[in-house]
Amino acid sequence: MKDPYQNRRLVIGGIILFTGILYLIRLLILQVLDTSYKLSAESNSRQREIEYPGRGLILDRNGKVLASNEPVYDLMMIPRKTESFDTLALCSMLGIQRAELDKGIQSALQYSRYKPYPVVRQIDARRFAILEEQLFKYKGFYVQTRTRRIYPEGIASHVIGYMGEIDLNEIRQDPYYAVGDYLGQSGLELQYEKELRGRKGIRYQLVDVFNQVKGSYEGGRYDTLPEPGKNLLTTLNSELQKYGELLMTHKSGSIVAIEPATGEILCMVSSPSFDLNKLTGRERTRQFEALSADTLEPLFNRATMSRYAPGSIFKIVQALIGLDLGVIRPQTGFKCDKSLIGCHNHPEATNLKKAIQYSCNPYFYQVYRRIILRRQSSNIFTDSELGLADWQKKVMSFGLGQLLQIDLPGVSPGFIPGPEFYDTWYGRHRWAFSTIYSNCNGQGEVETVPVQIANLAAIIANRGYYYVPHFIRSIGEKGELPEVYRMPHHPDVNAAYYPVVINAMRAVIYEPSGTGRRAQVPGVIVCGKTGTVQNNQGEDHSGFFAFAPMQHPAIAISVYVEHAGSGGFWAAMIASLMMEKYLNGEVTQAEKEKMVLEYKQF
Amino acid sequence: MMLTGKNTLVRIDWLTVILFVLLTGFGWLNLFSATYDEGLPVSLFSFASRYSKQFYYILAALVIAFLVMITDGKVWGAFAYLVYGLTVGLSILVLFIGREINGARSWIILGPVSFQPAEFMKAGMALLLAKLLSRFDFKIHRLHNLFLILLFTGLPMVLVFFQNDTGTMLVFLALILVLFREGLSGYVLIFGGIAAALFFLTLVFPLSVFLPVITIIALLLTWLYQHNFKYFLWGVISFSLLFGTVFLVNRMTSSGWSYSRVFFVASLSAFFLWAILIYRYRLNSLYLFLFAWIGATLLIFSVDMVFHDLLEPHQQARISQLLGLVHDPLGTGYNLNQSKIAIGSGGFFGKGFLRGTQTRFNFVPEQSTDFIFSTVGEEWGFLGSLLVIGSFSGLLIRLIFLAERQRSVFSRVFGYSVVSILFFHFAVNIGMVIGLVPVIGIPLPFFSYGGSSLLTFTLLLFIMLRLDTSRYEVIN
Ligand SMILES: [Zn+2]
Repeated sequence: MKDPYQNRRLVIGGIILFTGILYLIRLLILQVLDTSYKLSAESNSRQREIEYPGRGLILDRNGKVLASNEPVYDLMMIPRKTESFDTLALCSMLGIQRAELDKGIQSALQYSRYKPYPVVRQIDARRFAILEEQLFKYKGFYVQTRTRRIYPEGIASHVIGYMGEIDLNEIRQDPYYAVGDYLGQSGLELQYEKELRGRKGIRYQLVDVFNQVKGSYEGGRYDTLPEPGKNLLTTLNSELQKYGELLMTHKSGSIVAIEPATGEILCMVSSPSFDLNKLTGRERTRQFEALSADTLEPLFNRATMSRYAPGSIFKIVQALIGLDLGVIRPQTGFKCDKSLIGCHNHPEATNLKKAIQYSCNPYFYQVYRRIILRRQSSNIFTDSELGLADWQKKVMSFGLGQLLQIDLPGVSPGFIPGPEFYDTWYGRHRWAFSTIYSNCNGQGEVETVPVQIANLAAIIANRGYYYVPHFIRSIGEKGELPEVYRMPHHPDVNAAYYPVVINAMRAVIYEPSGTGRRAQVPGVIVCGKTGTVQNNQGEDHSGFFAFAPMQHPAIAISVYVEHAGSGGFWAAMIASLMMEKYLNGEVTQAEKEKMVLEYKQF
Repeated sequence: MMLTGKNTLVRIDWLTVILFVLLTGFGWLNLFSATYDEGLPVSLFSFASRYSKQFYYILAALVIAFLVMITDGKVWGAFAYLVYGLTVGLSILVLFIGREINGARSWIILGPVSFQPAEFMKAGMALLLAKLLSRFDFKIHRLHNLFLILLFTGLPMVLVFFQNDTGTMLVFLALILVLFREGLSGYVLIFGGIAAALFFLTLVFPLSVFLPVITIIALLLTWLYQHNFKYFLWGVISFSLLFGTVFLVNRMTSSGWSYSRVFFVASLSAFFLWAILIYRYRLNSLYLFLFAWIGATLLIFSVDMVFHDLLEPHQQARISQLLGLVHDPLGTGYNLNQSKIAIGSGGFFGKGFLRGTQTRFNFVPEQSTDFIFSTVGEEWGFLGSLLVIGSFSGLLIRLIFLAERQRSVFSRVFGYSVVSILFFHFAVNIGMVIGLVPVIGIPLPFFSYGGSSLLTFTLLLFIMLRLDTSRYEVIN
């Protein structure tokens, strides 16, 4: 039989051979020529398991623990391995809403069907104990241990700062971190992140597709051990801190206390505050949103970030500069000329001490005028310009208007105006003393932050020098204090003039007509100055700064209570209680304490 | 004649048997590697692991092969309709009593034995096609014959479609090779190929680029073919004018058509204009280009619609993945990506038996079934690939040779059916595993885990060998 289509066997055979050869070429490229797949295979099966070191503790100056760690548990899920399970039972065991679990499972599915993903994070030990017994019922789920911060004292939230999960930008900046890592996001946790975190250990292991360990890689030759984080011994006095926070409840404001001889910050209170223990664990996001939305701004550290006009406190600086420039002497008197600038009724300020004691505004108008206009030029504008530049330099040497190198992120420098500032506002040589006179009593353009005012108190207590205020005493067992905190700074004022203002500050507290009499502390001589800060948002802020005892000072303090009126009232009383607590160990002024505790702004 | 009456085992085509043993043995070795668990060693003779089960399936397959060899070869011709009817019947039954595994409702479970009727239907189909085409009055281009073929092939395809097993459904399409061998016009193959090529090209290139390219190629071809620059020039000018007109009208009426739609309308207008001119001036040689061009344009435009409106999302995803249109190595592309990693990491010599990290640690899903070739690639390297592809190609070529030496149409058609089915499985499975074909779940013959498929391929192969041993008898 003749078959006309017999040659078609060649076509079919050709198709088969063509396919075979095509596949072999493809396989040659895949297996021999392209080496990238070998690397992928390696990273597939060689898991870099991170061993997390314990984060360093944060301790107060006496070794009391302020921040430590506890284990928490993430419920991990491998979608491919799961079977249908009782979602409601799981939710009630974990104490979460159904929607939350669904959201976690949704994310896991989006991430990968084959890789583990934390569907429920930060389960506490109590819930974990319940879950652990039932876990065998849930195929494709397992639990991974992590740690989270706990804060046994529940104080100094702004100083310690909160932790948070790293975001992708931060990972890009620092390859040390991986997705899901927690790191310090504010306060000391952020400032000393590198010291606190320690170093991760890396263990290479062979794993299968479910990340189940099948053995160590190359006998552990490339493994490194984790290095635990260093403990942070801080300068905080937790008793004082706790008392300060108690006094400031229901008020907005701040307290900063410094040990003058060392620059160590004894306490830093910012009110209203927040509970760090609520910013860990499963409630973090919700809590954080609520805190961010709060109009009282509890997350805002008023002690380092609030810029207030210093008010009358600034007269101390003016006095020192005036004396140093020789434009006044201790005996210099000025009339209380209310046509120059407003004042209250008081006996005549016949010398500097009385002027400070009465806080006479026209007096310091004159002082400031003499500082600025020193006839360095016959032109009034040039004269003002030169005078202001000298003044600015001297003021800034007190640590004002400049960024103090405090070991806390987010410190405001405040502001001390110089010629450039007015030049940009009015134009060069278009302003003179008459334009800027309101700086004389710490209003006008002058702005300081509370920690700078506490530092100012320390400068006066030390009679002419300061160490940059700081929280760190020691990093690790025997860590050295950074150089920046071991170097004294000397303001550009002759130290001989400090006793003059110190006497005046004592008079403020003890003379019958002194404005700060409520700051007295039984058995101790206090030197201080009130500041009533006018502001455009309502009632004056009550400000006060002081140090004590007068000889051998042990504490320098600044207190601000927002919209609380005269500085001689609430701020002075709180400062008095704080100083007594610190110097005497206990508070005997029960009446004062009761008043402060009962004063509620919100 | 001379060999009649002698022992069939003497006349059996030993080359085919050797290739069968080689593929089955090597297949089992790889299946062992893919499913062996060091932590849980299972005796070969227990029934607890896939490799031990497959071992029994292989034994069963050998028994069946032996039974086929000692049975009279004529029974297959005699009972072709019956076997076809039986396998189709089982496939209907599975729709009612079948068990659903991995989304395909294609399993019948009888006590400890479970099997997929669709697999056996391939054997039934091969026998039926052989019977049908060997009828003495059969002429392939007769309409009612084509209709019969379509009916008998369509029935299993519909059944498999309802079992939700797209891969097996497509296997039956491979039988077009048999029809081609038996005289079906070669244009069917060519147009099928071109249509498939256009389908994929359309998905890779945006329509607004692809349509003009096709048009320019068509115009250039008329120039080359006619050696007449004038036609080309007029073609370009007239088309540009039409395109410009449609474009401006679209602009002015602000209908908001896309460029590809404007182009499509211009193409249709050009088609009618040119058709009239070609008819008027009797340029008959240009008809072919005109129709090919408009055909391609219509196809391209419809593919876009088909792809987006008719295909299921997961099918779209697999095709997009294959063409590199999306990159999602942890989602839809996971299988393929992991499979390529496993194969690619094998290198030239492979990592050695039981040494493949990707295989041992289960990185490739479905590795013991559809993705078994990734084990070959990883543990045996390019040499292993060469062995498998060489053996399959050799087996297929050998089967063509066997089919061609048959004197009965029945045996020859059956032989080509075996070739087509085997080739389709081989080409689609390995093509899928190395990323040249969309992910379609069909097993690699003699390698993939599964009794039904192994038995079916053994049956197909040995019926062919049995027919071959008695090739001189049947002619009388
Ligand atoms: Zn006065």
